Amino acid sequence: MYTHHMHEIPINTVTSANVVLELIYRLKIKDVMSTNVITATKETTLREIQQIMRREKITGLPIVMGKRLIGLVSMDDIIQALDKGYIEDKASDHMSRNLIILEDDMPISFAINYFDRYRYHRFPVLNKHKELVGMITNRDITATLLIEINRVVEELEKRNRKVEGTILSHEMLTYYIMKNDFENAGHASTEIKKRLKSAQVAPQTIRRAAIASYELEMNLVVHSEGGQLTAEYDADSLTITARDTGPGIENVDEALEAGYSTASEWIRSLGFGAGMGLPNVQSVADAFEITSSKEGTVVTATINLRAKEE
Amino acid sequence: MNVEDLAGIEEFTTVFIADGKTPVVDGYCGDLLSDVMANAPAQSVLMTIQAHKNTIAVASLVGITALVICNGRSVGPDMLSAAQEEEIAIFTTALTHFEAAKLVSARLES
Repeated sequence: MYTHHMHEIPINTVTSANVVLELIYRLKIKDVMSTNVITATKETTLREIQQIMRREKITGLPIVMGKRLIGLVSMDDIIQALDKGYIEDKASDHMSRNLIILEDDMPISFAINYFDRYRYHRFPVLNKHKELVGMITNRDITATLLIEINRVVEELEKRNRKVEGTILSHEMLTYYIMKNDFENAGHASTEIKKRLKSAQVAPQTIRRAAIASYELEMNLVVHSEGGQLTAEYDADSLTITARDTGPGIENVDEALEAGYSTASEWIRSLGFGAGMGLPNVQSVADAFEITSSKEGTVVTATINLRAKEE
Repeated sequence: MNVEDLAGIEEFTTVFIADGKTPVVDGYCGDLLSDVMANAPAQSVLMTIQAHKNTIAVASLVGITALVICNGRSVGPDMLSAAQEEEIAIFTTALTHFEAAKLVSARLES
């Protein structure tokens, strides 16, 4: 049972800015948590734990057997022990055993939600194998979010400044693409097309760039767990890089063959997933590269901007 | 030929026209958007059944100026608002791609 807080954290999935939403879903708990976790065993006395807390300036200590988390002693537990006179007892006699934990692969939106919902100041983080791999506090989230927000806002500011000019010097823009986000699909490609148009690149070349970027953007929407599309402009070339976080292409040679597809019926019914994406990119690009593993796929397509009109 | 001439085809129902004077010089039939992307000529009219906003994105990127949504399919409000934003004309028809293309072809040649 829990009671509702007076003020809920004002980040929700309905009204928040896209960049913020994208951040809290893209950033994983493992990107934010502290990994040098100080632990104690069930034999450790509460007195020793109190000394560790003071020395390390922490307010909660996970109790472990090997890598397995079996309990947690908080500052509150220590105060109780001092009050009731059992500070020399072992951790196992008084630790909290009903723990609320987070998993390292969850987006930080989960952690934000948990801090909002429960009164705890920290949560232990477990990996897939149920091993303790970190601790997460509100401070960890705030610090990482501030750094990331700063980075994204800097990029937005840079974009606003640059788009006004017509001459392409070195500039780089990154667009974050979410899995199955058909709603916003095409946005990055449209921006790239506009930028090239404002630099008065030849229409045939713009068309090739638009095809490459749209196919790569759609691949991220349709096939990946989400990723980013980067457009790197130079005076005479555009390099488009699509980078995702998985699941990887099992057979790259097959994926490069026209007509080969792993898309679902639903995606095909929308007119995508016909197995023409990568072959299309390859045929319009002046240079093309692809690497793929389970951790993710990186595709790079380069378009020469000042080549003669074909 | 321009977008206005397409509106003159009796079997086509106009859903949206931004500028009737927008030129239409060629046509393409297709429902696979990657294929449309790769092969549809610029300033063409696309006969398709893909009545959703991703079709507008593809059209805008390759310079398709009008869409004819075939086989009696209808156009939803999000597709319409995307078309308004990108200034791409939309018509609907009960005809098949082939039948619609024949009428477009006759207009292009006249």
